[in-house]
Amino acid sequence: MPHPTNPPGFLTARIDKLASWARTRSMFPMTFGLACCAIEMMAMGTAHYDSARFGMEVFRASPRQADLMIVAGRVSQKMAPVLRQVYDQMPEPKWVVSMGACASTGGMFNNYALVQGVDQVVPVDIYVPGCPPGPTSLMHGILTLHDKIMSGEIAS
Amino acid sequence: MGVLTELLKGLRATGSVLIETVTGKEMLTTRYPKEMREKPQRFHGRHVLNRYPDGMEKCIGCELCAGACPARCIYVRGKDNDPENPNSPGERFGFVYEINMLRCIFCGLCVEACPTEAITMTQLFEFSTTNRGDAIYTREELLMDTDGNVPHMFPDDPLADMKELLTADGWLKATAPAGNASYEGVQTWQGTPGPASWDPEPDQETRDS
Repeated sequence: MPHPTNPPGFLTARIDKLASWARTRSMFPMTFGLACCAIEMMAMGTAHYDSARFGMEVFRASPRQADLMIVAGRVSQKMAPVLRQVYDQMPEPKWVVSMGACASTGGMFNNYALVQGVDQVVPVDIYVPGCPPGPTSLMHGILTLHDKIMSGEIAS
Repeated sequence: MGVLTELLKGLRATGSVLIETVTGKEMLTTRYPKEMREKPQRFHGRHVLNRYPDGMEKCIGCELCAGACPARCIYVRGKDNDPENPNSPGERFGFVYEINMLRCIFCGLCVEACPTEAITMTQLFEFSTTNRGDAIYTREELLMDTDGNVPHMFPDDPLADMKELLTADGWLKATAPAGNASYEGVQTWQGTPGPASWDPEPDQETRDS
């Protein structure tokens, strides 16, 4: 508990900032392409957009090595438990980007087969609108997530 | 020794490409937050509600956009205009106008359905949010002000690109209220949101002759 006359120390405050900075600069996204949004997600990794500039070019095939899940595409009711399990297998700290209309709200598929918003299954940090969002839209989402991480505390 | 010279030859090519990339001479990558790739003229981005040159709203609250929307993301309610101080030239105006941007699929059917060209699309496509509520754009965010400027949802965001918001799809018919009857069915593009201010394309007879 910081005393009012004793603000957070220089060292700890700086370590907090450094840890957040390190987290934003080396995010390992989880390969979780479910539909057409995945094509745009892959395009973000290509040379024209180059997500390697943010240190996240390696899409990890194992949730144990990833800390960012980009839910790219529509999530069916059958996929929802799988999605949750994959999320649970990711090590802390972890973030979720809900990419596109289908993942965020169900989009135009308002029917019994689809989860109407992936935030019913996992906690979502960033919603990226678009159908599908372009690579720059997704990058805007990632940069917004960077802002969120940098402005937050390292331990929750 | 021969292996070493071959290795250096290969590395020279690598080094020259590296230098070209670092100095920006042969740069393939668009460095997104700093620069933006040019979008096509008819790109479908965020919506905007237009006004007439005299400041009247174009929307008449007819709900045709809501009916045409395949994702059912538009909610419109019309209200009778106050005769003393009307919002739109017609009988009614769009009293409530909400678009859920997270459900919208940016197909542009609302733009095609609109009888008064009230709703058009801009080129802004980068507007992620941190919660679902922020993605519901109401009348205040969608309607341009009387000077023709479109409000940005997050003007303080360093990533906010106002230029994108002022470049419109501009899908407008030349038979807009100020138009000429001989331009019926002729379609043209304006490129900016707001009232029509372009020279129409040649009419049907001129083009066919």
